[in-house]
Amino acid sequence: MITGAGIVTSLGRGWKQNAAAFRSGKTGFRPVTLFDVSRQRVKTAAQVDLPSILPPMQLTQRQQKRLDRAGILLLLAAEEAWQQSGWKPADNLPVVLGTTAGGMSLGEDYFRQAVSLPNRQTMQPTRALHYQAQSQARMVADALGFAGPVTILSNACASGTSAMGEAWEMIRRGHADRVLTGGYDALSQMGFSGFDSLQVMSPTRCRPFDAHRDGLALGEGAAVITLEAFESAWKRGAGILGEIIGYGASMDRHHLTQPHPEGDAAWQAMQLACASAQITAEEVGYINAHGTGTPLNDQAEAKAISRWAGRRAGSLPVSSTKAGIGHLLGGAGSVEAVVCLMCLREQWLPPEIAFETPDPACSFRIVAKPEEAPVNVALSNSFGFGGVNATLILRRWP
Amino acid sequence: MSRVFVSGLGSVSPAGWTVEALRDALAKNEPLPAQPLTRPGWQKPLKMRPVPSPAIRPSFLAHPRLRRTSPITHYAAAAALEAVKSVRNSQGAYPRIGIIVCLQCGCVQFSFRFFQETLQDAATASPLLFPETVFAAPASHVAALLENTPLVCTLAGDPSSYSQGLALGIDWLLEGRVDACLVIGAEEINWLPADALWHFDHRAVISGGAGALCLSLNPEWPPGVELETITDPHPYTALVNRRLAARKMRAQMPPQNKAEILCDGLNNSPRADAAEAGAWADWSGPRLSPKLVLGEGLMAAAAWQCVAACDWIAGGKFMAANVSLVGANQQAVGVRFHRLGHSISGLSSPLKAGSLAL
Repeated sequence: MITGAGIVTSLGRGWKQNAAAFRSGKTGFRPVTLFDVSRQRVKTAAQVDLPSILPPMQLTQRQQKRLDRAGILLLLAAEEAWQQSGWKPADNLPVVLGTTAGGMSLGEDYFRQAVSLPNRQTMQPTRALHYQAQSQARMVADALGFAGPVTILSNACASGTSAMGEAWEMIRRGHADRVLTGGYDALSQMGFSGFDSLQVMSPTRCRPFDAHRDGLALGEGAAVITLEAFESAWKRGAGILGEIIGYGASMDRHHLTQPHPEGDAAWQAMQLACASAQITAEEVGYINAHGTGTPLNDQAEAKAISRWAGRRAGSLPVSSTKAGIGHLLGGAGSVEAVVCLMCLREQWLPPEIAFETPDPACSFRIVAKPEEAPVNVALSNSFGFGGVNATLILRRWP
Repeated sequence: MSRVFVSGLGSVSPAGWTVEALRDALAKNEPLPAQPLTRPGWQKPLKMRPVPSPAIRPSFLAHPRLRRTSPITHYAAAAALEAVKSVRNSQGAYPRIGIIVCLQCGCVQFSFRFFQETLQDAATASPLLFPETVFAAPASHVAALLENTPLVCTLAGDPSSYSQGLALGIDWLLEGRVDACLVIGAEEINWLPADALWHFDHRAVISGGAGALCLSLNPEWPPGVELETITDPHPYTALVNRRLAARKMRAQMPPQNKAEILCDGLNNSPRADAAEAGAWADWSGPRLSPKLVLGEGLMAAAAWQCVAACDWIAGGKFMAANVSLVGANQQAVGVRFHRLGHSISGLSSPLKAGSLAL
C-alpha cells in the first residue's frame, strides 16, 4: 500500500502543483543555468527551481550546507511523503532508492578543484563522502529522524522503477512491513553533455511517439513513496493512496544504449509485471510509457506495447510525461509512478500537448489532450541504458 | 530452512587474473609491491597496486560488446567467467544466471576522460566514452557475454553493500527466477578516487579488480561451500556510529573458534581500521586481511574477502569463515560461510534471505 507520496519536478513542488500541471499537459523546460551549455547542441532542460529554505527537518545547519542539488530534491520528496504517511521515527526502516548519478554535482566540483587547484583541499573530503548516494540516503534518515538499512539501485534510467519494485518485493517477501522508496537525479554537466554527445537530445521539442520526434529532453526531480504492508497500514488507520500490485524486470542484451528493435525485453517486463499482479492487459486503463522521444526507444516500446496489449491496444490510452518534465534518468520511474498514482486517485490522464502525428508503430491511442477518465489500473514502463527493463503496475484504492 | 551454496569463485586482483593467484598472494601474506600513481599537480605521487596485464589476452575481449569497454568491465567479466565455470552443463551451456554487480566508485576511468573532454570543449566530448561511464555498464556487458541472464541489477554503496548483493541473489534463487546468481564486486583505478582516498588515509594504496561468487541451490556444484548466514545490516546513523555498528555486527557472529578463520577488511590504517579492529578484538584465531596484501580495492576488496574465505574453506584449511564487512559510510555486515557437511554454528540468525534491505 502507498500511504504517502512526495514529488518534485520542474512543474513544481508537491502533489498539488504537479497534479494540476500534469493534468493540463504543462511543460517545464527552460534554458539551463546550472552550468555552461554554450557549446552544447541543446541548451534547455526541465530545471527545477529549488526553494531557498528547506521545510523544517532534523538536519543541523552543517548538514544542510552539505546538501547538493540532488540531495535537496530527494529530501523535499521524502519529506512530503513522510508527512503524508503519518509515519513516526523508527530504528529499522529500510530505504531503497534509485539513482544514476547520486551527488554528481559534488563529484564534478571535486574534479574541478582537484585539477585546477591541486593543492587546495578545502571541502574535498566532504565532497568525496557526500557525492555517494548512500550519504544522501542517510541524510534523509537523519532529516526525518529514523534509521535503517539503505539500498541504492543504479540500473540507469530504470533505477527509480527498480527501486520501487524491489521495495515492493521486500514487503511481499516479508522482509519488511514498511519501506521508504523512490528515485532521484539532478541535472549535471556530465550527464547533460553525455546525452548531448550522443545526439539523442531534441533540438526542437520532446514529442514521444510522434512520427516527427527528434529526441529526448533532460530534466531533474525526485519522487518518494512510503510503501507499507496492508496489515500495517490498516492497523494504524492510515490513508491509502493506492497500491503497487505488480512488478516485472527483464534484461535487454541487444546493445548498451539501444533497445532491441522489437522491444522484446520491454514486452517481457510488462508480461512479468502482469503475471505478478495477476491481471491481463484488458484490465490496464492507462500506460505511462518510458517514451523518451528518441526514434529507437519509442519504436521499440510501441511494438512492445502493441504486442503485449493485443486487441486491447486500439483503445488503450498511453502517454509519456517526459514530454512535460523531460527524462529524469534515475528519478524518472519513481516520478512516473507517482503520476500514475495521481491518475488513479483523481481519475484523469496526463496529455502530451505537443503530440501531433502518431508513429505508425503505435497501435494504441496517445493521450494528446487533457481528459477525465476512469482508471483503476495503471502501468509504468522504464528502460535503462545497459538493458535493465522494469515495469510497475499500480491500482486505485477505492 | 533453505540452503544456498557457493558454486563458483572468480577473482581479478593485483595478484593476477585467477582465484589461484589470489590464493597464492594471500598465502604468502606479504603486501604486493606498491607502484607510484602520478597525481597531476603534485610532486609526490599517490600509491597503487594495479591489476597486472594478463599473460594472454583474455578471449572474451573479442566479444563485440567488450571492444570499447573500460578495465572495470574486463575485471568483472573475467571474475564472472571464472566463477561460472562449474555451473555449465555438459554441452557447455549456462543455466539461467542472475547478475548483480556491486560498485562504490564504478566506471571512474571513462567518467574522468569524458568529463575532462566536456570541460575542454563540450561540443567534441566523445559519445563513445559516455555510455561506459554509467554504473550499469559492467553488468550489461557481463550479461551480454553470458547470454542466458534473465535478471541483472547494479547496486551502489560502500563495500558492505556487497552483502546486499548476496542477499538479493539469495532471494532470486529461492524464488526460482534464476538457477545461479553471480554477485560481483568490481572497481578500477584512477588518480581521482586515489586522491579522494588520500584525504582519509595518506598512506592508502588504492587497488582495482573484481571478485565474484556464484550462488546456487545446488550442493553438487563445487567448491563445496555453503553460505550460512548474513547478519542484520547495522547502518551508521545519528545515534549509532561506525564503531557501535561494527560491534553490533560482531555480536551476531560466532565466538572465537580455532577451526574457523576471520576474513576482515583491515588495511593498516589506524583511523579507518579502529571500528573493525575494536569489534573483533576478542578474536585471536586465524585471520586473513586481503587488503593488507592487495590494497584498498573498495567494493572489489569486499568481494575478495568473500572469495578468499570460500577458497580457504574449499581448500580444507578451515571448516568455516567469518567475513567482516565494515563499510566506510553506510553499514557493517557480517557474512559466514562453512564447508559442506560441517554443522552450522548455531547462530541466532541462520541464513535469512534478504535479511538486508533487499
